[in-house]
Amino acid sequence: MKAAPFEYSRAASIEEACALLAGDESARVIAGGQTLVAMMAMRLARPSLLIDINRIAALSYIRADGDAIAIGATTRQCVAERDPLIATKLPLLARAIPRIGHAATRARGTIGGSLANADPAAECALVAVTLDAVLSFQSHSESGEIAARDFFNGPMITALPAGALLTGVRFPVWSGKVGTGFHEVNARRSDFAFVSAAAQVELGGDGVARRIAIAVGAVGDFPVRLTSAEQALTGTALESAKVEAAVREALANIDALDDLHASAQYRRRVAVDLTIRAITDARADALGEKPHAH
Amino acid sequence: MRIELDINGELRAVEVEPRTTLLDCLRDQMQLTGAHAGCEHGVCGACTVLFDGAAVRSCLMFAVQAQGSAVRTIEGVTPGPGEMSMIQDAFCETHGMQCGYCTPAMVLVAHALLADNPEPTREEIIDAISGNICRCTGYAQIVEAIALAAERMRGVNRPVNLK
Repeated sequence: MKAAPFEYSRAASIEEACALLAGDESARVIAGGQTLVAMMAMRLARPSLLIDINRIAALSYIRADGDAIAIGATTRQCVAERDPLIATKLPLLARAIPRIGHAATRARGTIGGSLANADPAAECALVAVTLDAVLSFQSHSESGEIAARDFFNGPMITALPAGALLTGVRFPVWSGKVGTGFHEVNARRSDFAFVSAAAQVELGGDGVARRIAIAVGAVGDFPVRLTSAEQALTGTALESAKVEAAVREALANIDALDDLHASAQYRRRVAVDLTIRAITDARADALGEKPHAH
Repeated sequence: MRIELDINGELRAVEVEPRTTLLDCLRDQMQLTGAHAGCEHGVCGACTVLFDGAAVRSCLMFAVQAQGSAVRTIEGVTPGPGEMSMIQDAFCETHGMQCGYCTPAMVLVAHALLADNPEPTREEIIDAISGNICRCTGYAQIVEAIALAAERMRGVNRPVNLK
């Protein structure tokens, strides 16, 4: 349980980090390190050079950016957890963050690190996909943006170009009568989710869903939006029979992971239940009702 | 690489390899063996220390990353030699330990929790220790210890070095 030897460099700026990344193909960036250090201890990762971005001040922020909230890559999860802007403008993220690991890992873990790591069960990734977040990156030669929906390609595989540094993420803010729901099942409260589900809804004055976003995580290789359910439920009052039918239909043919912890059949069945609960909670939340006890 | 850091209020310099975890640096190079090596990959919580005031796993950090930071270990929570902090006292009184392997980490988590939240609910205490595995007590006396310590600490002026 000791990491293989590596070189270490503490980058002082984004440019310096990018230059270091460009200079070594087997370099890895370390932010919170809450997955990477464990992977290195188990020698599942053996970077030649570790580029520490923790002290780059320009990567740590939470601020309003037009109709979105922009979060810097190295913003600690514990900082986001207590941030008033996130609590009021991104209630779905606020609901999900306390489910990431536990307090001691959130004290080091970062929002950008969780996204770049792309664990299929990552709460940040699920919320980013649900809310159509946009991730920004920079490298020695270019900078750009990638929609969350196109960012996650597989377990721990992302669309981030080689040699690029994830610099931040913008989550769109919804206005109006917005409600959110988030559920996950795991063996222990702070452990990896076997299945997670997120929903955000905007209701009109008549109680009809004007807009709804639904996604599941940990079921497949990366978080998946349930687009057909979103289409079926937009314009309805989210009656329970309609919700159940739409969710069952959307998840009927989902490709589920099958491992030691949970079978594919279990994941599919639980995904249906958790998604229904997330939507039910989101509706109740938007109506100002107390969430249903599950 | 040479790093300088504040260890339990004392500035110390140490030469480390980049791959040395903060845990191994504390144990092997500073003889602070109260930080326990359990799983060494972030699961058990036995290596928890206070890093700039927050409870973190010292096995999930390289020592070089701690340059210029303040680290507090179990050796640094007592008011003086041979004495115990109020939280440690509460663990003794409620039998909040058996084998003692998880105990330093549990005490430090309690320090971090109570520095931030002097009146935690039972739920909040359970949540705070949820990342720390204990294989003996069944956790009930640990929760009781932290609740007792919180109650006592609310009743007095807070000693300056309890953080």
